[in-house]
Amino acid sequence: MWLRINNAWIAISIGCLLPLFGLLLDIATDNLGSNPIQAIHIRLGDWSLRFLCLTLAITPIQTMTKWRGMADYRQMLGLYAFFYATLHVLGYLFVDHAGEWGVIGIDIVQSSYIWFGVIAYVIVLLLAITSPKSAKKRLGKNWKKLHRLIYYAAGAAVIHYFWQLKGNLFQPLFYLTIVVFLLGFRVLVWLKNRQLAKLMLPKGRPISLEEND
Amino acid sequence: MIIKTDKTIPASEITDLLVFQQRRKIIKALLAGALLPAGIVPVSANTELQPRWPEPTDSTDSGGLGPITPTELVKNYTNYYEFSFNKEDSTELAQRLPTANWTIEIGGEVEKPGHYQLEDILSRQTLREYVYRFRCVEAWSMVVPWVGFPLAELIKWVKPLSGAKFVKFTSVYDPGSMPKQRIDAMLNWPYVEALRIDEAVHPLTILAAGMYGDVLPKQNGAALRLVVPWKYGFKSIKAIVKIELLQRAPMTTWHEFAPSEYGFYANVNPSVPHPRWSQFSERQLGSGFFTPRRQTELYNGYGEQVASLYSDMDLRHFY
Repeated sequence: MWLRINNAWIAISIGCLLPLFGLLLDIATDNLGSNPIQAIHIRLGDWSLRFLCLTLAITPIQTMTKWRGMADYRQMLGLYAFFYATLHVLGYLFVDHAGEWGVIGIDIVQSSYIWFGVIAYVIVLLLAITSPKSAKKRLGKNWKKLHRLIYYAAGAAVIHYFWQLKGNLFQPLFYLTIVVFLLGFRVLVWLKNRQLAKLMLPKGRPISLEEND
Repeated sequence: MIIKTDKTIPASEITDLLVFQQRRKIIKALLAGALLPAGIVPVSANTELQPRWPEPTDSTDSGGLGPITPTELVKNYTNYYEFSFNKEDSTELAQRLPTANWTIEIGGEVEKPGHYQLEDILSRQTLREYVYRFRCVEAWSMVVPWVGFPLAELIKWVKPLSGAKFVKFTSVYDPGSMPKQRIDAMLNWPYVEALRIDEAVHPLTILAAGMYGDVLPKQNGAALRLVVPWKYGFKSIKAIVKIELLQRAPMTTWHEFAPSEYGFYANVNPSVPHPRWSQFSERQLGSGFFTPRRQTELYNGYGEQVASLYSDMDLRHFY
């Protein structure tokens, strides 16, 4: 059993790195079109948002399927969201802006869409830093509160996406729908738990959202 | 005696084919025929009915604008929302647009309104190569050698009346070949742009029928497009079918879509950011990884020639 989980762990890790390999291949074969820097930037941002959505999807899937096996991978998926977000930020700072801090400063101050990106990244960074078990122990109850910020990160990331487009809204609407669905599910569960608590059923145990381990 | 037509080969088709073959011959002759020094050198307008094309500039000579952007990049990176919202997809989709026998309607405050064949217009003009920097509102830029003629020449030719204060341009409306027009997506079609008359007759403002010494690719705005180098790219309307001289400023497509984001003037200006992003710098197509962005210049670097048009205007208000 333990071995099987480990194998899955390796398989999922490789799966999570595939988008990066794909991107490196496209860079090596010059397959990124007329504006490769922007193409890289969008690709990394997209994958960061996708992993954020996957991370948020685990709890609803667990609740619906009553299958607990996925919780172990939530942390890993979250860290991959952080990984792609970090590459996205580094790409912006060094591949596109070549580390010219004056221009970067003006760009960030004048571009409101970047503010939402910064908010999302700071949150994801905080969550990644406090991701190890030791940090979780030290933070105690505050850990859960802190890690609920992931909802704000997802919201900010979707706005960040919307806000930089000239007009076409199809793709961000797609992500918005997913994020709203995932958050809506949690609200429904919360409402249901509150009702159960009101009824004070002696053996009623609320459906837990935070059953991480 | 009446001879019945063979319906499998309609006469109209035969004529089309002949016209088509002649067109090919004309283009070949044009490309091979011009023997002129490099640079912006005209082939003077003459009595021939065929437009003549200038020799393309040496590919490295841009007149101080930096390297000319490789043609493949320019051909595969177009904002042509009538076809697609994706810059790469419009390359192929635009090939559906029929551009043969292109006609342009000229009307409004002019003495000589009418429907003009593009070939006729071009044969009366001196076609030159104009190497301009093209700066998109999305903060990227490229250096393109256009082939065209000053819009002022066309306006002069149709004899503007004193009431003409603005020039309105309308793009082709062809939902049959343009998917986004067919589903009425996003913008109000057809695409409309406009200039103040003094902007329109400025010598930098051109109508382009070609680029890189060749006829304009369909995705880049064939058969005829506007190029206004000191304004953001969306002002340089593609596939023009109608030009009207008007007394009042018409509504323009992007301005109508988002008035607070896309102004009527849309002059390139690094110190007036778009409400959601900075216009301070631009990514030059063709530049490598880890190379700095170019710092955007006021009026896209054409300030010396055009700043006087806006000398008493608040550029923050008239963005």
